Amino acid sequence: MLHIQLRKQRGDFTLDVDFVAPVPGVTALFGRSGCGKSTLIALIAGLLSPDAGRVQIGDDTLLDTSRGLEVDTRHRRVGVVFQDARLFPHLSVLGNLQYGAKRVARGNAAPIGFDDVMSLLGLGGLTARRPHELSGGEKQRVALGRALLAQPRLLLLDEPLASLDQARREELLPYFEKLRDAFAIPIVYVSHQFDEVLRLATRVVLLDAGRVHADGDIATVSRHPVLRAIVGPDAVGAVMSGVVERSDDAGLTVIRVGDAELVVDEPAPAGQRIQIQVLARDVIVAAARPSGLSVRNSVAARVVSVAPDVGRTVLVELDIGRTSVLLARITARASQELGLAPDKQVWVLIKAVSLRGHVFNAPAR
Amino acid sequence: MLSPAESDALFLSLSVAARSVAFNLPFAVLVAWLLTRTRFAGRTLFDAFVHLPLVLPPVVVGYLLLLLFGVRGPIGGWLYDSFGIQLAFTSTGAALATAVMSFPLVVRSIRISLEALDRGLDDAARTLGAGPVDRFFSITLPLITPGILAGAVTAFAAGLGEFGAVITFASNIPGETRTLPLALYTALQTPDGDAMAARLALISFSLGLAGLLVAEYLARRVRRMIGRREAGA
Repeated sequence: MLHIQLRKQRGDFTLDVDFVAPVPGVTALFGRSGCGKSTLIALIAGLLSPDAGRVQIGDDTLLDTSRGLEVDTRHRRVGVVFQDARLFPHLSVLGNLQYGAKRVARGNAAPIGFDDVMSLLGLGGLTARRPHELSGGEKQRVALGRALLAQPRLLLLDEPLASLDQARREELLPYFEKLRDAFAIPIVYVSHQFDEVLRLATRVVLLDAGRVHADGDIATVSRHPVLRAIVGPDAVGAVMSGVVERSDDAGLTVIRVGDAELVVDEPAPAGQRIQIQVLARDVIVAAARPSGLSVRNSVAARVVSVAPDVGRTVLVELDIGRTSVLLARITARASQELGLAPDKQVWVLIKAVSLRGHVFNAPAR
Repeated sequence: MLSPAESDALFLSLSVAARSVAFNLPFAVLVAWLLTRTRFAGRTLFDAFVHLPLVLPPVVVGYLLLLLFGVRGPIGGWLYDSFGIQLAFTSTGAALATAVMSFPLVVRSIRISLEALDRGLDDAARTLGAGPVDRFFSITLPLITPGILAGAVTAFAAGLGEFGAVITFASNIPGETRTLPLALYTALQTPDGDAMAARLALISFSLGLAGLLVAEYLARRVRRMIGRREAGA
């Protein structure tokens, strides 16, 4: 278990956080720019000293101000991948990769092999190049490799995709997925892009104005009001985790979420864990089971709550069984006509093509 | 082509300038580092002190050196009594006077490089397990090499022409401290010295030009060697 408890005052901004994260696993630190994410990363890495706090990875305590303990950054073995890569410009790619590897204390285990990192991150053809000859995405891959080869016990990724355009981000994301599935290192992934969080993390720490507002599995945090405010009404949507059941005869993938089966247009092997987000604006609520529609997914649900949302809309929470909850944004008028109220039984319609699933290469629990 | 006196002055100038750079560099790197990376009481005063040779008349610098490093001065006396080293009126003394005069130039050049250096690289090196001394030699020093080289070349070129401080501290001794500008000055004081003065002036001119060209060439080589500086910070 990773336990982080830190307080730091900077001017009139106070960062005050306390959360735990699983080891191994990816924990996303999500919040808008300026919420204190980068300060938090600097504090965990030891590049900044907190006013008070504790950082603990498993049985190792890296910081405990109550005992006057503060392990120096260079002995923390906390790898950091910065937004701007920070490759050493006077060294080749190989020199950069070996920088941390050469400084691993003798006697420390080095479970992360050079060849594994090279093949995982596809760095084979780049070793002789200089950092200024690399694209933005290549730089981040090298920075990631460099951090891994220093044999970290915790990896901090500080918005590693933020300086890249959409195409480069798409190119780089699979490497982070492979990294997550290949090594048993706990990862803290800082981002203000929820789609990255959705793809990589199972746990989210929601940070706003220096405080933790929610801390838990992505499904719960995805419905949190603060998160809804950050992503904006059009990107609001409940995240659900499911298990891939089979491919149907039309080639679509059938997944089990709660008591329901959903069909998505995303190839995935049976038995894998899959994380999907259903945008609230894509969900249709019907009073009776409809027929003669193109919609692939119609699921029985129970209304949990109806709350006013932006403009003349309401946000409806819908239970589809086994604690799986969907959000639907519909007009207040429609809600009145359907007579939506807590505990009412309804049908939920979701187009298969509006679902995007993200497979986690780990067997479902 | 050159008379023995002229070639003596030329080689002496080159040697004095080269030795002044060698004196300068280690201290200049240290001082530039202190001025950019540390905060201490009296830092502003120290900064001003380092830059004094730029604004003081060179004769004053030479005079102060004579007081400190003369055979009866506090440092010069100790050096002479303990090691038999005499600085005043020697070519080593000329190199010292030249070094003091060009010191602010070298510090300034190295300091600009240090200030332009992305501090984030130092943080990255820390997270990768490098200690402070290790980081200085593996990251900082290679990346400020262009500044150090530029400072060294400027100091060398300026050192070829140092006059006031040298003549005051080291005097004008043929073959020992009579460098190019001193030889030129002497020629001008001598009847029939016009032709010699003209030749010495031409040599100084050529040396200066060559120095600038070499500096530019080195700067380009080094930039290519360490890779273009990444944009932003």
